Amino acid sequence: MVPLSVVPMLLSNGGTAPASMDQGVARWAAEQVLSLAPDNASRKAGSKLGAAGPWSGAGCDSSGAVWGLCKGSGSKPYQTVVDTTGPAYKCSCPSRKFPCKHALGLLLLWACDEQTVPHSEVPEWAEEWLSGRRSRAAAKEQPGAGPGAAKSADPEAARRRAERRAERITAGATELEQRLADLLRGGLAATERSGYGLWEETAARMVDAQAPGLAARVRELGAIPGSGPGWPVRLLEECSLIHLLDSAWLGRERLPEPLAATVRGRVGLSSAAEGPAVRDRWLVLAQYDSADGKLTTRRVWLHGRASGRTALLLSFGAAGRPPQFALPVGLMIDAEVTPYGAGRPRAELGTQFGPPVAIEAPPPGGPCASAADAYGQALRDDPWLDSWPVTLTGVIPVPDGTGWQLVDADGGAALPVAAAALTRPGLWKLVALAAGRPVTVFGEFGHRGFVPLTAWPEDMSETVPLI
Amino acid sequence: MTTTASASPWEELVTSALLGTDRRTPPAGTTPAGKDTPVALLDAAALHTVRRRAGLSPAPPAAGGTLPEPAPHDGRRALPLPARRRLVQLLADRSGSSGSGGRRGTAPDLTELLPQWLAAANEHGYRAPASVLPALLDAARARTDLRTQALTFAGPRGLWLARLNPEWKFALRGGSAGSTLPDMEDTDAVRKLWEEGLFAERVALLAGLRAHDAGAALELLASTWSTERAEDRLMFLDSLRAGLSDADEPFLEQALSDRSRNVRSTAAELLSALPRSALAGRMAARAASCVAMDRSGAAEAVIVVEAPHECDADMQRDGIVPAPPSGRGERSWWLGQLVEAAPLSVWPDRLGGRSVREIVALPVSDGWADELHAAWCRAAVRQHDADWSRALLGTPAAPPSTGPGTTSPAERSKLLSALPDDERAAWVAEFIAAHGLSEAFQLLGVCTVPWAAPLGRAVVDALDIARDAGSYPWSFSGVMGLAERCLSPEEADRLEVLTATPDEQEDASPGAGGYWSEAFQRLVSTLRLRAAMHEELTAA
Repeated sequence: MVPLSVVPMLLSNGGTAPASMDQGVARWAAEQVLSLAPDNASRKAGSKLGAAGPWSGAGCDSSGAVWGLCKGSGSKPYQTVVDTTGPAYKCSCPSRKFPCKHALGLLLLWACDEQTVPHSEVPEWAEEWLSGRRSRAAAKEQPGAGPGAAKSADPEAARRRAERRAERITAGATELEQRLADLLRGGLAATERSGYGLWEETAARMVDAQAPGLAARVRELGAIPGSGPGWPVRLLEECSLIHLLDSAWLGRERLPEPLAATVRGRVGLSSAAEGPAVRDRWLVLAQYDSADGKLTTRRVWLHGRASGRTALLLSFGAAGRPPQFALPVGLMIDAEVTPYGAGRPRAELGTQFGPPVAIEAPPPGGPCASAADAYGQALRDDPWLDSWPVTLTGVIPVPDGTGWQLVDADGGAALPVAAAALTRPGLWKLVALAAGRPVTVFGEFGHRGFVPLTAWPEDMSETVPLI
Repeated sequence: MTTTASASPWEELVTSALLGTDRRTPPAGTTPAGKDTPVALLDAAALHTVRRRAGLSPAPPAAGGTLPEPAPHDGRRALPLPARRRLVQLLADRSGSSGSGGRRGTAPDLTELLPQWLAAANEHGYRAPASVLPALLDAARARTDLRTQALTFAGPRGLWLARLNPEWKFALRGGSAGSTLPDMEDTDAVRKLWEEGLFAERVALLAGLRAHDAGAALELLASTWSTERAEDRLMFLDSLRAGLSDADEPFLEQALSDRSRNVRSTAAELLSALPRSALAGRMAARAASCVAMDRSGAAEAVIVVEAPHECDADMQRDGIVPAPPSGRGERSWWLGQLVEAAPLSVWPDRLGGRSVREIVALPVSDGWADELHAAWCRAAVRQHDADWSRALLGTPAAPPSTGPGTTSPAERSKLLSALPDDERAAWVAEFIAAHGLSEAFQLLGVCTVPWAAPLGRAVVDALDIARDAGSYPWSFSGVMGLAERCLSPEEADRLEVLTATPDEQEDASPGAGGYWSEAFQRLVSTLRLRAAMHEELTAA
């Protein structure tokens, strides 16, 4: 590994004053606010409200609360409050979007206009919700008071349920094995004609078998025969990995426990965050949404400053509706994070101590070779991983025919940018930011290539989300 | 698909999988023994797959590791943080649904403020933040009115970036090449770019050099003139418009004999804008022979017009177009061109030593007045003559349909451009005070931004009157939009009182009061936003 840059760097804007840090609360950048918008329409509507015009009585305090009255079409202005530590929103408007355009507009105003949103006393109407929310949050911390206690009311029944489910999954996995064997006997070439139908039907069988992990993998196979040259190789690879997962499930008693846990998770059994909780200053590296069938999944990557750990927070929303949970990319939160298991990035966010603050430096990283190493190492614990979070330092984006590469500054080695990332506007932000010089990039690296998610320029003047 | 003896074990597996193990059993040694063949194949494939992924190593860099040239350094200073946030906000709203008609609400229209923001940022000499460049180039691609300012702001890094993305090709087509021009003092570099550069670069170079040293630019152009293509000659000739002086006359006179008709007429037009040129002299003589005072002894002074009877070869060489557009008589067509191209200074002497104002007020015989006055208007615009423009505009309070020179708002706005800023604003202010806003839109468009105090007050008063008259605000949406962009932000406080919703009057259109209050709220909030924008850019 390369020596990591640990020299603290001040967040500066190319020579101008550091980001305004009134009493520890960093006002967010407009991009960070807009990244919370549930959809494009809200983003536009919120932008329009991000000006002093309709607002009155706006203010903020050092606990991270922001409030204001927004004049709408009615006679009574809407009361909007935001707790930026959540972030959580409360607005008297009838919109069912979270955050609503008023909350977005208020945050934009707070980000851009310190005169209209000055430091002041929390007004009564805002205080009520804020204190209610905070006391509820504190109550949740009380051990034993949560729903977890109720869940384990009948351990015997729960055990029987788990056994029944495992039996059904076993039946499903056995059936899937049989189908894969039949497929290989007849040849993959036949799948080019059968289209999605074959896989959809098999996936539905896996849903019946209560193995959503297997079902999702099978469903993805359907797209491969139409994915261009080299598809037989990709199809064989993915089929063989499903076979590996089937066999691992069927033989899970013989696996070491961490690997067995991985297999249970991959098959689709949910587990709880087990801990122990890690309190650290967590840098919010990236946040992005992806649509998986009927679900919108939001991924938030965190990097622990002291622990050096990388954590992945997942939250879900119905299709087309992004999850409410959001964190501002590029800022740092002092918080407790509970991992789901050793060696796995997935974790759950616990208590936050105070509002997000500005960062001093990007996460430590390495050259291209370190990313390939990290992915290789991670595959030992979970051979089904498609990618692994890595930070590259001192890499230059370079065009490569129709694609792009990230090249070590010494020109020695390169990682291809994944095809999926080539069409995103973020790629051009990265190219503009680097301007042919080395930058620090966080992203996911795997067998499909590197997906850049966040970048920091050499002078650390900003954190640039690339999604 | 054929397999050869040299195929790798993995390729053997793929081939068998594709054809089916029933048809082709994988060669011995490629799969583990003791299992059903398809299962054995999947076992082996899984092993290969995971091993290959775990063993991934970085690829060799493209182009053998030679890194492309980084973007040139941009020495301008960084934007203050609040201004940066503002820019992101303005660009985020770019695709907003503004201008789709209907109610516009009380919030400012951010898209309309982007040009102002860019112009101000360029004036302060700020550098565009790198992460904003893609959005900035996209905005400039979609809106040509933004291009010049956006590309100046994007600077050398923006141009560097645009080269990498075919969607931003427009940025390389010139107009913006300012950042890549050589030092104008460096004659060798200038000569090299002129001889080897792309057309857009050469146009930009010529314009740059013309601004720096008009004579040197002319010399550069003359050095290659005869070898240029006709359409290029036209574009190059056009760039002489800036800094036009008597020194350009010999060159232009020569261009009157050019092979291309468009080049000839442009040369003639340029020469006619030089009152001391030989062409202007020839035109003066021709025009003067057509227009004179009536000497028949009538009681009051009258101008008589005798339009030319033919358009001879000399006239054509001097840029007179012989064939009139359909519907116009050829003699009046020729007269119009002669008068337009003749220096205006010829008329006071020719017409009895009268002042310009008196000449414009003289009656004209046989219905030639419109034709003659229209030609004088065009001449005043072309020669940028403030005296004649003033006289032809007349007094702003006079009814708009009875002006001496022209009654068309478009012509009037051109005449206004020849007046000094203050006078122009005062004229338009008086016009609005007398006639309201219905014909003021184009006149307002040529006034300097932000509007001078008297003009701003006249517009606000007129809007207030329109509201009291009970009409709907969208009848004035054009002027409202202009006011949002052009009114001085200092007016915001004075306007505040107008944002209240007044009691409904009996004769007013239903609900108009509420809409007016909304429109004034938007005006005030836009002015406040503009004030904030400028403050953010000034603070540093």
